[in-house]
Amino acid sequence: MMRCRRFATVTLLLASSALASSALAWSENDQERYQSLLAELRCLVCQNQSIADSAAPLAEDLRSQVRNMIESGESDRRIRDYMTARYGDFVLYRPPLKPATWALWFGPFAVLALGLFAAWRLRRRGQSTPAPDVDPAALKRILDTDE
Amino acid sequence: MKAALFAVPLVVVVALVGLLLQGLRLDPREVDSPLVGKPAPAFALPALGGGAQITERDLQAEVSLLNVWASWCVSCRAEHEVLIALAAQEPQLAIYGLNYKDTPADAQAWLARLGNPYRASAMDARGQVGIDWGVYGVPETFLIDRQGIIRAKRIGPLTWDYVRDELLPLIRELRS
Repeated sequence: MMRCRRFATVTLLLASSALASSALAWSENDQERYQSLLAELRCLVCQNQSIADSAAPLAEDLRSQVRNMIESGESDRRIRDYMTARYGDFVLYRPPLKPATWALWFGPFAVLALGLFAAWRLRRRGQSTPAPDVDPAALKRILDTDE
Repeated sequence: MKAALFAVPLVVVVALVGLLLQGLRLDPREVDSPLVGKPAPAFALPALGGGAQITERDLQAEVSLLNVWASWCVSCRAEHEVLIALAAQEPQLAIYGLNYKDTPADAQAWLARLGNPYRASAMDARGQVGIDWGVYGVPETFLIDRQGIIRAKRIGPLTWDYVRDELLPLIRELRS
């Protein structure tokens, strides 16, 4: 893992310096798009790394694929679609909103709502239970008869 | 009400534990391919050892396998004997290879030493066709039907169990 990361850093440094020297046609905007796309695409080989971080050969290929697609004027959406068509939604760190992922996106809010509702119910019940009516005379009688 | 206060959290916890246990049994390396059920991606690659180019149309003549392999891939070595046996047992099954990021010399030496179960192997030296097919870990194996639709994808080496319990029944079903 450490080795993987060090390797990735070196490759990234090399890649970025190569990029800086060779691709003058790249606008700052292209560079930003490139970086943000790489950061949100998951490497399927080192599964907990983005393709920006991973040194796996496949990540390298996908980086150059992203670069080529940006250079040929493809939109971010088209690039993401290209990746998901081949590797599925798993390749996206931000899963898309669709019926299969509703539970993922809305589940936490549903649980939060449920918790708030339960808390509210419990509080209300605590408040609405009135203190039992006490007849002072009866109370006095009980206390007095106590041995 | 008292009972519900006790029962509801209990049910929730049991459900959660069940869900997490299920998660433990899943293999995170096996990512469902979006290509299953879709037409095989088009390609045209030179054949290992020369001869006509191999294209996705070669996979449509009959029920076929496309096995992604490389001479540098250790697990490919492990699954190789399964492929050899499968090729011998199922002569009508068209087994093609996709030789992934390999050199022709290494690949040919490998087949010469271990035997060649493939009708032909397409050379994907740069891995571009591999990307189109969503390959991310060699070996991988695709099952393609006569209409050229991908019917199954195996990630990782073929095993006897997988071939007997899943692949062969599926092949029989596709043939009938």
